[in-house]
Amino acid sequence: MQKNIILAGVGGQGILSVAYVFDNAALDAGFYFKQAEVHGMAQRGGAVQSNLRYSDAKIHSDLIPEGRCDMVLAVEPLEVMRYWHYLKPDGWVVTSITPFVNIPDYPEIDTLLTDLAAFPNIVMVDTGHLARAAGNLRSQNMVTVGATSNLLDFTEEQLLKHVEGLFARKGEKIVAVNRKAFLYGRAAGAFFRALVDSGLDAFKAAKLCSKIKPETLAVEYAAAWVERLRNNGALLDTILESGSNVSAEGP
Amino acid sequence: MSKEILLGDEAIGLGAIHAGISGVYGYPGTPSTEIFEFIERKTKKNGDVHAFWSTNEKVAYEEALGMSWAGKRVLVCMKHVGLNVAADAFMNSAVTGTNGGLVLAVADDPGMHSSQNEQDSRYFAQFALIPCFEPKNQQEGYDMMLEAFELSEALEIPVMVRLITRIAHSRSSVDTVEALPQNPLNPSKEIKRWTLLPNNARVQYKHLTEKQPELLKRSENSVHNELELRGTRGVISCGLVENYLRENLDEDHDLSILSIRQYPIPAEKVRTLVEHVDELLILEDGYPLVENTVRGLFGLIGTEVKGRMTGELPRTGELNPDLVRGALGLPKIEAAHSPSTNLALRPPSLCKGCPHTDSFKALNDALNTFEDPQVFSDIGCYTLAALPPLEAVHSCVAMGASIGMAAGAAHAGYSPAVAAIGDSTFSHGGITPMLSAVQQNVNLNVLILDNDTVGMTGTQRSMSTGRALDDIVHGTGIDPEHVRIILPLPKHHDQNVKIMREELAHDGPSVIIARRACIESIKGH
Ligand SMILES: Cc1ncc(C[n+]2csc(CCOP(=O)(O)OP(=O)(O)O)c2C)c(N)n1
Ligand code: SF4
Repeated sequence: MQKNIILAGVGGQGILSVAYVFDNAALDAGFYFKQAEVHGMAQRGGAVQSNLRYSDAKIHSDLIPEGRCDMVLAVEPLEVMRYWHYLKPDGWVVTSITPFVNIPDYPEIDTLLTDLAAFPNIVMVDTGHLARAAGNLRSQNMVTVGATSNLLDFTEEQLLKHVEGLFARKGEKIVAVNRKAFLYGRAAGAFFRALVDSGLDAFKAAKLCSKIKPETLAVEYAAAWVERLRNNGALLDTILESGSNVSAEGP
Repeated sequence: MSKEILLGDEAIGLGAIHAGISGVYGYPGTPSTEIFEFIERKTKKNGDVHAFWSTNEKVAYEEALGMSWAGKRVLVCMKHVGLNVAADAFMNSAVTGTNGGLVLAVADDPGMHSSQNEQDSRYFAQFALIPCFEPKNQQEGYDMMLEAFELSEALEIPVMVRLITRIAHSRSSVDTVEALPQNPLNPSKEIKRWTLLPNNARVQYKHLTEKQPELLKRSENSVHNELELRGTRGVISCGLVENYLRENLDEDHDLSILSIRQYPIPAEKVRTLVEHVDELLILEDGYPLVENTVRGLFGLIGTEVKGRMTGELPRTGELNPDLVRGALGLPKIEAAHSPSTNLALRPPSLCKGCPHTDSFKALNDALNTFEDPQVFSDIGCYTLAALPPLEAVHSCVAMGASIGMAAGAAHAGYSPAVAAIGDSTFSHGGITPMLSAVQQNVNLNVLILDNDTVGMTGTQRSMSTGRALDDIVHGTGIDPEHVRIILPLPKHHDQNVKIMREELAHDGPSVIIARRACIESIKGH
């Protein structure tokens, strides 16, 4: 078993915290691991990535070869596109759909998300929406950790232990926010996939998820949503245009 | 024995602590900074290791040499271009030799992730006639530190440990051993060896050359230089590039491989390999040092030598598993997606609220009466002002070069000659050209961006900020009327432009200090 993950984002978004959680979970699980990261100039708001590899056998390269990556995990949607040529044919993308716009030529967001949604093995979560609900916009990185957790080789407890460890220094409140962010991410990722697996278009699924109250998310409600949207073509737009969030149980 | 998750830099730092160092010296510089910071953090509580950033790499190296003279083990660390600054002390320390073990950890930056060039420090080791270790992973980095100190003391010679960005900033778990005790104070009394007057220097230099056969012997026998003969296609890999090679090979491959991680180059092992193979691919990150050495001027008879000079690998830039795969002639691995084209780039930029933004907005306006004014600048966060939207500075060469270059341009008749330099860069390399310009009464304007910290490398302590900076500037003998202090804030914009214009109009040296703390450093404290 070997897993190769590229963590992607923008300097300041907390990629290295994401790496910390996986590194320590890998060490606990008795895996070998290597994790190459970016320090220096790019950390000032530039594109940053980290190559993270864990395995039950010795790992050679710190860098992941093209075509050998199992997952691109992005805290920012545009950043996925910088690295998806590293993915194996059956590799996964787990991404935030919340754009971080600090450049003048940032693409139109819905075009960008449509392009991403065409990738079959994808999990899309609105990290901005979920982190805000968890209590702090800065916890978007932990939302993405949660969103991956069904695809990796660690249990919820193994990961949460290190989410807590990472923020312990900053006090109980911050720990609680990040725990929640992780759990919301986990639930949102599963819900998104359940929608897509029940036949909903990934772009629409991502849009719908960004309007659902995170505390109500549960996969058993997904199929009913697909049915509902099929019967009522205008429903999604109505929800997107309304100012308030809906329960996963139904509008 | 315990296990820790460590960056390559941190593994070097921990290795040095466990080798019993009494001090660490350095000046920040990506990708070396975390070596010093790790030692500083780890030893703070006991306070038994001297750890205080130096003004520049030359100072750091000289301090380290002094500690070695006193009989203690010492680590000095810097980035590759830092060794240019320390080169005078470095080269001569090989001639004096050392007393307590002295190890230089220098981090190169192939691919120039955060640097002006990708010079290869192995040439410096060869130039100074000293041994060099080049670890392939974090564990070996840790282990090599203990060896490097032993070697330094056994042969009374400085030892280099060469890192590159990819190992410096990559994490893995490392098994560690019990720390050795520090050396007692034992100053060297061998006056002749430390006093490099020509008569002594000749003797010392001869000693240094006489150490070479022993260094070579150690390289030949080193466990870090592994030779495995299989088929008639050969590969030499240096340092961590071996990992990229192994990544692409199965256990039952038929290549003959020499992995070099200790220098001088183990000539006998290279010869054995060359005699065994018909073609030889050389893989090294940095310059083609081993490649050019092995090929020589005219090539080898009977063995084709391939590498960066023959197009199998690019001449410049960092290697990776894919480039090595291509050089081995293996097919590309199928991927889920093709590379994106025309993707919007996301270059680094100044932080929101950064004081430099306000300083350069004012400078841009102050200069708008000149036609296409060029501003000499330097290295730090403020270099990002070269990019849009500010596009305020037009050079970045070497620490302190802004002032020297502005002076030279002024001598040539260029006006306005403006230099923009950060506070830490000023203490590193700006004081001497400033003194020179004032003493020559050059017509130049120096903008010192005093943000109270070394911003670019992670907000380390700056040596010349606030009062200390003002005193240094006045100490050059400059007319105090032409030393102005401004507060770079949007609300002071007009006033700051006015002050800058006044000083631009002055015929003679002037200094404007733009003083406001870096946002990141305020957050951190
Ligand atoms: C010889 C050398 N040493 C170190 C560095 C790394 N380095 C680049 S910028 C910088 C510090 C800049 O600090 P300062 O001048 O205060 O500017 P700031 O980043 O705070 O704006 C350092 C240490 C280098 N490029 N060259
Ligand atoms: S780290 Fe400090 S000096 Fe550098 S860009 Fe940010 S605020 Fe400016």
